Amino acid sequence: MIDVYRHIALSIAIWLPIATGLVILALGGRAPGLVRPLGTAGAGITFLATVPLWGLFHAHSFAMQFGERIPWIPAFHINYALGLDGISLPLVMLTSFIGVVVVIAAGPAVKERVAEYFAAFLIMEGLMIGVFCALDAMLFYVFWEAMLIPMFLIIGIWGGPNRVYATIKFFLYTFLGSVLMLIALLYLHFEAGETFNIASFYHLPLGNTPQILIFLAFLIAFAVKIPMWPVHTWLPDAHVEAPTGGSVVLAAIMLKMGAYGFVRFSLPIVPEASHELAGLMITLSLIAIVYIGLVALVQDDMKKLIAYSSIAHMGFVTLGIFLFQNIAMEGALVQMISHGFVSAGLFLCVGVLYDRLHSRAIHDYGGVANRMPIFAAFMMLFAMANAGLPGTSGFVGELFVILGAFKADFWYAVLAATTLISGAAYTLWMYKRVIFGAVTKPAVAGLSDVTGRELTFLAVLGVAVLFLGLWPAPLLHVMAASVHHLLLRPGVQLGGATP
Amino acid sequence: MASALSLYGAIPLACLTGALIAGIFGRTLGPVWSHRVTILGVAVAFALSAGYALPQVMSGHDLDATVYTWGYAGRLPLVVGFLIDPLTALMMVVVTFVSLMVHIYTIGYMRGDPGYQRFFSYISLFTFAMLMLVMANNFMQLFFGWEGVGLVSYLLIGFWFTRESAIFASLKAFLVNRLGDFGFILGIAAIYTVFHSLDYATVFAQAPAAIHAKLWLSNHDSWSMLTVICVLLFIGAMGKSAQMPLHVWLPDSMEGPTPISALIHAATMVTAGIFMVARMSPLFELSPVARDVVLLVGASTAFFMALLGMVQTDIKRVIAYSTLSQLGYMTAALGASAYAVAIFHLVTHAFFKALLFLAAGSVIIALHHEQDLRKMGGLRRYMPITFAATWVGSLALAGIPPFAGFFSKDAIIDAVAHSTLPGADYAFVAVLAGVFVTAFYTFRMLFLAFYGEPRMDAHARHHLRESPWVVTVPLIVLAIPSALAGIVLMRPLLFGHFFRGSLYVRPADNPLLRMAPHYHGVWAFIAAAFVSPPLYLALAGIATAWYMYILRPELPAQMARRLHILYAILRAKYGFDEIYEQGATRAARAVGRFLWRVGDVQIIDGTMVNGTARLIGRIAAWGRRLQSGYIYHYAFAVILGLFVLMTFFLHHG
Repeated sequence: MIDVYRHIALSIAIWLPIATGLVILALGGRAPGLVRPLGTAGAGITFLATVPLWGLFHAHSFAMQFGERIPWIPAFHINYALGLDGISLPLVMLTSFIGVVVVIAAGPAVKERVAEYFAAFLIMEGLMIGVFCALDAMLFYVFWEAMLIPMFLIIGIWGGPNRVYATIKFFLYTFLGSVLMLIALLYLHFEAGETFNIASFYHLPLGNTPQILIFLAFLIAFAVKIPMWPVHTWLPDAHVEAPTGGSVVLAAIMLKMGAYGFVRFSLPIVPEASHELAGLMITLSLIAIVYIGLVALVQDDMKKLIAYSSIAHMGFVTLGIFLFQNIAMEGALVQMISHGFVSAGLFLCVGVLYDRLHSRAIHDYGGVANRMPIFAAFMMLFAMANAGLPGTSGFVGELFVILGAFKADFWYAVLAATTLISGAAYTLWMYKRVIFGAVTKPAVAGLSDVTGRELTFLAVLGVAVLFLGLWPAPLLHVMAASVHHLLLRPGVQLGGATP
Repeated sequence: MASALSLYGAIPLACLTGALIAGIFGRTLGPVWSHRVTILGVAVAFALSAGYALPQVMSGHDLDATVYTWGYAGRLPLVVGFLIDPLTALMMVVVTFVSLMVHIYTIGYMRGDPGYQRFFSYISLFTFAMLMLVMANNFMQLFFGWEGVGLVSYLLIGFWFTRESAIFASLKAFLVNRLGDFGFILGIAAIYTVFHSLDYATVFAQAPAAIHAKLWLSNHDSWSMLTVICVLLFIGAMGKSAQMPLHVWLPDSMEGPTPISALIHAATMVTAGIFMVARMSPLFELSPVARDVVLLVGASTAFFMALLGMVQTDIKRVIAYSTLSQLGYMTAALGASAYAVAIFHLVTHAFFKALLFLAAGSVIIALHHEQDLRKMGGLRRYMPITFAATWVGSLALAGIPPFAGFFSKDAIIDAVAHSTLPGADYAFVAVLAGVFVTAFYTFRMLFLAFYGEPRMDAHARHHLRESPWVVTVPLIVLAIPSALAGIVLMRPLLFGHFFRGSLYVRPADNPLLRMAPHYHGVWAFIAAAFVSPPLYLALAGIATAWYMYILRPELPAQMARRLHILYAILRAKYGFDEIYEQGATRAARAVGRFLWRVGDVQIIDGTMVNGTARLIGRIAAWGRRLQSGYIYHYAFAVILGLFVLMTFFLHHG
């Protein structure tokens, strides 16, 4: 039973939500009453199906586990190859977890095309899990590109008034980046003797110039996704226009794709170039932390503020990756998971307010705590986690990356640690203006506290934030071997799929 | 061992449990059960601290043990663990005792407040965080408690969250503390870099070997790593213990309800920085430069903040500036390597400052939340217990023998006098002059509030009466140690062996070793005070206050007019608030707005993104003459691009 599970688990995690999405799409018009239960069940079962992965994973090994391999397009040596290591496993879990949260959060605010909305999210969930599981470069690329389509639709159909501009900006950025990545993958395919097996790319004896060029091609693709400064301006626009669920997925999962790409492709495939250009990466990361921290301070749109905050937090991720130290790399990966929970929590909080007052502007609120004390308590938790308070998940990654940064260079650490001040300043200043104070706006006076459905998703995320903050040991344990191996000898035997 | 660990573990957990119960089920439990459950928690913590932890360490049974492993960062174990030694045990007793008194007092002070249960939950949580901080055996847990204290102080200062002034003050407190934490976390990172460990024992054992470690700032410049570590850690202490220039949050923290002020100023939060530096004595002893910084910052805070206390009209703000100044005294003692003296003053100060705050709170309740000294006067007739308690607290604060503050403050002045660090002369003059100022502002407050003619309106005067027993009992209980703690504690803490190895001082620096031959018991110490300047300065301060506020009450206004420049500077608090609020905060926002509007919108979006789009548009317009249908253009461009790049790769690979 368990052996069977090992060989189909990842396919289930990918195709179950996609299949559910297609069924909903097919049924949608005829049985609108079935859409929500079916969507919830699909996402819920997918999550439950991924839970045993955690228990069955051999954390002492850096090898790819739960491997599946079927020839897909033999003519081009493309395989349907899946597998997980300690780096991708937490990301898959995060994705299936957020999938459930998003489905619960798709509340009464979604009125139009409900079936299509659920279908888009479920299909997107499966494709994103596919990105994290793919061990074949072409399969990875297909998932990578395909997952964007539901996101374009989500922003374009259920988005705000300026959604067309945001969608096109999002599309142009990511499209441009992806094309360069495709070129690099094709080049590697030929160099490796016509295979798309990612692990085989790790053994290639690449010269200096190709390494640099491949690194840059990957960089553009991944930097746009993260997003890194200065290719970050699409993100605030996309968030502002996206519906709440879209923002949650975008912040919690999609931003992690770029960072995952660095870890899965750039570092092991072109290790020398990664080291050589680390200075550039660290500089861009530090600019993101300091510059974006200041920009976030002056935002009046809550979603824009959280979007900028995300960019600054992702700066910590890229900083941690390119310090080439165990502690910093683990910090970066923990930060990715933590940011998934925290940004989801914050965007959902904004969604809760937006559903009531139809405004994201900070100045339209004030004194919300008087009317919504339970909501205020949850938002406080997420705000504090965003500010990196110990005891919340936000602290772990920040601490690790700062510890690593000091080892590398005193000034890196100084600049990175400014987030303690700026992160607290922009988050808590927003919190103060929205939540605290006397009620002066009539609209705020009419607010009612969270519903049971809202309480559910806030509580689930709140528990995750606290759990990871108070006991990150399980997560650190799962990733330790893979991180160690990644940094031990980048480029050598990062493991093929083992059954 | 295991049972000891679980008993110690029960101390913070008792407070946390109370806080969680009152916080989550407060509405169901109602006010009475909420305060019962939290008080029970703190009482258990106090009983175990005083009845178990203290006797244990006094009989030589220290403990340094891991409770659980929080995670591994690389190979670095991150743990929650306890170090229970004399320094920690003493702190635990002080923290839980003052907290217990504050809890009881709060029943009276917060009666009828809609946030009653929430308040009890917060103050128990505060006690929990402070206990985790003092009980830590490693830097990560220290930081956890450190930030926890910061969080709860933020919640408590902004407790009345509909008041703009309160929520402003709470945000200010949190952010100023974060400025300190910025240094603190870098200090911890530096420790990790040098020692590859965050465990106290390991770090302290290896510290002497690291004395020549350098931090290279560039290829040419380097600093001593230990000095960097100590200065960075001290920046954290400056935030929490409100040393200049990071002191600005503390006076504003008065916006919270009075019991919080007592808790923040006496037992928790502000003592964290002093405790931390004392705990790190094995590190600070290795860096005279860092200790010099500590000494000068402390002495400056002691004197200049005391001056501000002279011109405050809000009774709580007088005490707040007094706290700043007294923390400066403790910090100066730390700089002079007199760690035991600093902790001694921390303990006596905790008692008499909690007493003074709770007494002020008693006055404030009686006057229906009036805090302006100018609207008080003559209260001694209406509130005899509060009046007597304030006298005891004032004598202790002014340093009159045999009250507690006298011993600890005189010992600090002695210790600073023995210091040989550069600038020690300045520090000595500052702490000595501070004695006069302290006595003056303390008795100015006492005289204005309790003596003279009542200045409140007839209605308020009609309702004046002594506070209920839940308020006066803590006053009486706190008055006892405020009077006697000095006599009892001086010998064991300073010249005995109470602290043993928990504080480390190099014999060459140890001022206590030089003071010990002159110490012949507390009574001889008192007798000696009559032939040395501090006592006379204190008496002169009291006499001046008496002359200005009782004998010739018209004099202060005249002096304020005549010395109007000095008066204006003091009223403006040296302009620190303006520098932060108008300078730093505005600058940060202006830079943020510039980076956003110009950097993001104009340059990146305007020029790069839209410029690229325009460029593509122009190429497309040119291409439109050749073909029709724009999809082909993109497809064509993509394929062409692929082809070009592939060719390039394949030929340069």
